[in-house]
Amino acid sequence: MIELKNICYSVKDGEKDKVILDNISCTFSNDCVTAITGQNGSGKSTLTKIIMGIITPTSGKIFFNNIDITNMSIDERARMGLTYAFQQPITFRGITIKELIDIASNEDNSISKACEYLSKVGICAKDYINREFDKTLSGGEQKRIELALTLAKKGKCIIFDEPEAGIDLWSFERLNNIFEKNICYIVVSHQTRLLERANKVLVLEKGKVKMYGDSSKIIKNLSSYQCKRITEA
Amino acid sequence: MNLDKISKNLLEKIANLHEIPDGAVSFRKNGKGEFVRSTTNIEILRKQDGSGIDIVVHSSCNHEACHIPVVVSENGIFDTVYNDFYIEDNADVVIVAGCGIHSTEEAGHNGIHTFHVGKHTNITYVENHLALGVGKNKILNPITIIKLGEDSIMTMETNQLGGVDYSERITKAYLKDNSTLNISEKILTSNFNVAKTNFKVYLKGKNCKCNIISRSVAKDESEQIFKSDLIGENECFGHVECDGIVLDDAKIDSIPKVSARNSQSSLSHEAAIGKIASEQIVKLMTLGLSKKEAEEKIIEGFLK
Repeated sequence: MIELKNICYSVKDGEKDKVILDNISCTFSNDCVTAITGQNGSGKSTLTKIIMGIITPTSGKIFFNNIDITNMSIDERARMGLTYAFQQPITFRGITIKELIDIASNEDNSISKACEYLSKVGICAKDYINREFDKTLSGGEQKRIELALTLAKKGKCIIFDEPEAGIDLWSFERLNNIFEKNICYIVVSHQTRLLERANKVLVLEKGKVKMYGDSSKIIKNLSSYQCKRITEA
Repeated sequence: MNLDKISKNLLEKIANLHEIPDGAVSFRKNGKGEFVRSTTNIEILRKQDGSGIDIVVHSSCNHEACHIPVVVSENGIFDTVYNDFYIEDNADVVIVAGCGIHSTEEAGHNGIHTFHVGKHTNITYVENHLALGVGKNKILNPITIIKLGEDSIMTMETNQLGGVDYSERITKAYLKDNSTLNISEKILTSNFNVAKTNFKVYLKGKNCKCNIISRSVAKDESEQIFKSDLIGENECFGHVECDGIVLDDAKIDSIPKVSARNSQSSLSHEAAIGKIASEQIVKLMTLGLSKKEAEEKIIEGFLK
């Protein structure tokens, strides 16, 4: 479970402070998929990067399973069980997919075990296991491998930044089957079809919580104008 | 032949050898030829003045390996060796050279290698350099001269694996018709190390080709200077690519040059130097590595 208390984040804009996130407080429960949505620039990705420790908030507190992680580094959070799948997967020169799976799972996997992670996200493992995770892979391949790394990490809280970008929904639709239960999922998305799959939806607008609650209720309550703005953004 | 602990350690690191291997071997230690073994296909002959060896690779050689490691483990040794390779027509050979220094004071090695290569040959030449021990002024200055015959292919891989305080590599090559020279260089420097490399390749023959790829990582306050010049004197192809990662207060100068002396020559170069991409570090940290571990992994991959 992730709990945010009064999270604020601002950046310097000339002489002034530009507010990106304004006093965000909410809870992301275990065994629950929470979608974060909102227009471009509403602060969605910034909020998830703050949870992962990639960005440091200006003020506020972050708790992970009741432990204050506000001042912890990215890797400390990762070792506690937080995992982050990037919107644009980060590629490497000279590092193989097998090596990345070993890093993610913190063990020297056998080839067959490493292949299992890749097979679960629908790619022919033997064709990929010893390939470098570089730009010669297509965007869709990178996304699926990113997902396999998340799987290998066996996280307790998994954050997906726009998982549908550059990938068909094959992998994402099967998350409930692939991942273990009792995990906190946080998904940043513009897509209505993903919001419908979530248990809860958090709507951000100009860095503030606009709405938060059960997905069916939130989607229903969003005006058609707002829905259009979000889905078309 | 029994090897002492230091020699074993260095041989393992520079040549992946745990003992003197089978086949053609020349093992030089502290300025003296310690051990030489020839085979039917590869003859290794000591020069009469003791300045090095002549290696004759016969036409009958079919992908046979030849190891010529050098170890310097005594302080104050500055060994200069002249090795001449005579590769006969149609020979196919793998030559693994390299020098390891372990000293607490000044020590060095200058290896001057000249390749006289016939026609239709295939040569793989690997040269690894490494220095260990606490002393300063561990110096390695390799010079490689390559005269590549018609229709021959040479793949040259040089790796400077760390610890060398000063190195100056000079490589000169002369390519005849339809010959191909592929060079791959990897250099890691740290502390106050200085590494200079200078490649000069004369593309003399029709349809000859040269491709140079250099990858370098400079840490701490180390300095690297990479220079290359591809000189197209015929209808030929040449490309040089040098990528560097610079960390801390290190410096890298990359100066690739192409010189066309014939309108049919096709020559290109590219150079890129930068720090480690921060998003790569962040990604590995999200998988659980510390920042330092992430940097090391990225460097390892870059130099792989």
